[in-house]
Amino acid sequence: MSEVVNHHPVHEAHHEELGFLRKYVFSTDHKVIGIQYGLTALVFLLFGFSLIMLLRWQLAYPGKPVIWLGKILGENFMPGGIMLPEFYNMLGAMHGTIMVFLGIVPLAVGAFGNYVMPLQIGAPDMAFPKINAASYWFYFVGGVVMLYSFFVPGGPAQGGWTSYTPLADIAPVGQTWWLVGMVFLITSSLLGSINFIVTIVQMRTKGLSFWRLPVFVWAQFVTAFLLLLAFPPLEAAAVLQLMDRLAGTSFFLPSGLVVSGQMIPNTGGGSPLLWQHLFWFLAHPEVYVLILPGMGIVAEVIANNTRKPLWGYKTIVFSILFIGGMSFTVWAHHMFMTGMGTTMSTFFQTTTMIISIPSVIILTSLLLSLWGASIRFTTPMLFAIAFLPMFAIGGLTGLPLGLTTSDIHLHDTWYVIGHFHYVVAPGTIFALFAGIYYWYPKVTGRMLNSVLGKIHFWLSLVFMNGVFLPMLIQGMAGMNRRYYDPTATPWGKAMQPFMEFISWSAWLLAISQIPFVINFFWSMWKGRKVTSDNPWDATTLEWSAPTPPPHGNFPTPPEVYREPYEYSVPGKEKDFSPQFIKEA
Amino acid sequence: MEIPYSVKANPVTGIPNGKFGIWLFLASEVMLFGALFSSYVLLRVGADVWPHGRDVGLSIPLATLNTMVLIASSVTMVMAWASLKMDQFKKFRLYLGLTILLAFGFLVVKYFEYTAKFHHEIYPSTSTFFAIYFTLTGLHGLHVIGGIIVNSYLWGPGAKVWRSEPDRFANRIEYAGLYWHFVDLVWIFLFPVLYLL
Ligand code: HEM
Ligand SMILES: [Cu+2]
Repeated sequence: MSEVVNHHPVHEAHHEELGFLRKYVFSTDHKVIGIQYGLTALVFLLFGFSLIMLLRWQLAYPGKPVIWLGKILGENFMPGGIMLPEFYNMLGAMHGTIMVFLGIVPLAVGAFGNYVMPLQIGAPDMAFPKINAASYWFYFVGGVVMLYSFFVPGGPAQGGWTSYTPLADIAPVGQTWWLVGMVFLITSSLLGSINFIVTIVQMRTKGLSFWRLPVFVWAQFVTAFLLLLAFPPLEAAAVLQLMDRLAGTSFFLPSGLVVSGQMIPNTGGGSPLLWQHLFWFLAHPEVYVLILPGMGIVAEVIANNTRKPLWGYKTIVFSILFIGGMSFTVWAHHMFMTGMGTTMSTFFQTTTMIISIPSVIILTSLLLSLWGASIRFTTPMLFAIAFLPMFAIGGLTGLPLGLTTSDIHLHDTWYVIGHFHYVVAPGTIFALFAGIYYWYPKVTGRMLNSVLGKIHFWLSLVFMNGVFLPMLIQGMAGMNRRYYDPTATPWGKAMQPFMEFISWSAWLLAISQIPFVINFFWSMWKGRKVTSDNPWDATTLEWSAPTPPPHGNFPTPPEVYREPYEYSVPGKEKDFSPQFIKEA
Repeated sequence: MEIPYSVKANPVTGIPNGKFGIWLFLASEVMLFGALFSSYVLLRVGADVWPHGRDVGLSIPLATLNTMVLIASSVTMVMAWASLKMDQFKKFRLYLGLTILLAFGFLVVKYFEYTAKFHHEIYPSTSTFFAIYFTLTGLHGLHVIGGIIVNSYLWGPGAKVWRSEPDRFANRIEYAGLYWHFVDLVWIFLFPVLYLL
């Protein structure tokens, strides 16, 4: 290792020795792990999405049989092709669980964080490569457990992605598997987050001070702290719920609970609200885990395609840090309707209003970054631009939910579903698409096709809004979420055309993903080859690595000479000055 | 490929990667037990009656003994690390071995406490007090077992690293020690909360 000059041939010889399994399956290379995370997460996203496609049938055409589906799914789920209420609940619960914990987070953090972050800080790998691999495998097993739960008696969890007690305490055995799966996923993100933080603090390459880090790295840094500190309380909650279910304790069961006309035998004395506190203590920071990496990706793509420095780099970073800290103090805004008392409500209403401010600041900075730019409308840029208004709708619709008076009306309606999907679906998922189109050439050495990309973008944009905009209206009109038969109430019956419209938009949204899937695989072999390591003329370090980067990333450790987004510096010959190139 | 600062300290932070990593891990553990202790407080405050541990059969003498055992094991853990730093491998083995034995001692006492409860037909489902008692001590017991596994590995096959990379090995003992002190510390909280208050 001491002869740096001879490093290369030695290195390659070393590569030959690794068998297929060690190189592609049980690899400790952060890039391979990132790709594993990415592919697994995309599969789960698709699976979670299909669950809701099924559920949308029941909402659009309540009780209308689909004979062939009934034959496939069997008597337990869809006898005679009619969806059972229990199955409806399973679809909803598992959709939420899979999308959040097995889809978005693993893609945003596990895949993009793992692949891009070490490259952006000029490190040869993560600080703990073996632990990094373990993190993926815990995730994988957690996913398998969740899938397995579909086949246990009584089916998978059906208490919503929030698994509220006491309902979840007395649910069939699928709920136990849900908890076991969650413990694996929590362990996975614990191992991952330790790795991220240590890597970012300890392994930045020469010259890369904190104030020269790309926004994406900052976003991953704060996200890792959220995962590290917010997930353990959910683990504690999962342990307590497991005890309730397996050892007959009553942590979350109140005294005198009657189920189906029968007193249940437990001692009681527990508190259903305790679960909600523990759950939301995780799950509010979790929503920032869902959004911060997306913001980071959007910042990278916007800087690159506006050919200008980001407007207010430091402001953005401080806002991200502020959000990170503050996100631990707002959780009970999900519990205004639980009767926890006005003092508590006022406190959490206030903190919620405060935390909205940095989100608005970030959004404004990104918007101002567009001002006066000669924008390159590449596919990643289209997704990044669309992120801005979509996230804005998501964030702004959060404000009425954060105020107790208006939340009384909106809580547990379709409005809430509309609110957070605007943030996560056309928000985060668009950011993730931007990231895929942006970094694909670094990973594969080939570009994604931009015609297919643009078709994918425009169709997705239209149908995303077709799905989520009507939900806001439904909610304001008083439609409850999670109703099995939306026509059961007179106002629901009157709103039924909305349900149909949303379902059709959702199915068309699914079809709109076909160009992406084709593009993704076709371009791997047939896409236009990149002619340089830096096809987007970008400034950050990942573009200085060979394409695709070898094990160890950089032939020699790179050095950093300037801030991350020095585009169009006056007096320079080219319109970008990479961090890694020394100039006079 | 060599990972920077996996043995030597980073000049800016002053610590190697592993030490940073173990502190972060302990931070997450603090959140885990913190959440459980908070749950304890909430359940206790919300309860109509809450027994004193000693009135429902928890044995203060045994728990005191166990507290001593764990504190002693923390001391021997430090001695093990110090011996390595002074290049005395034999002494290191002795002290780490003692640490492992003391940990086993703790579990044996715990085993007697548990079986005594079961003989009196006391289970987690008996009352909210025993629910939280068994959950907290059980989870702590799992952490003790985890410590035994790690320490036994470092005492046995893991000790080979000492000959090839002494610094790396001494670091590992230090990290295992930090974890072990944490497990000790959790018990120091559990003891008064469950047995005395
Ligand atoms: C920007 C400011 C935001 C505010 C003020 C806000 C406020 C709220 C409030 C008060 C609720 C509870 C509504 C209710 O149940 O009655 C809520 C729900 C939710 N929010 Fe936000 N939010 C914001 C941003 C976000 C972001 C960035 C995400 C990220 C994905 C997000 C995801 C969610 C989710 C998932 C739920 C619903 C959870 C459930 O009940 O199933 N929110 N939001
Ligand atoms: Cu929230």
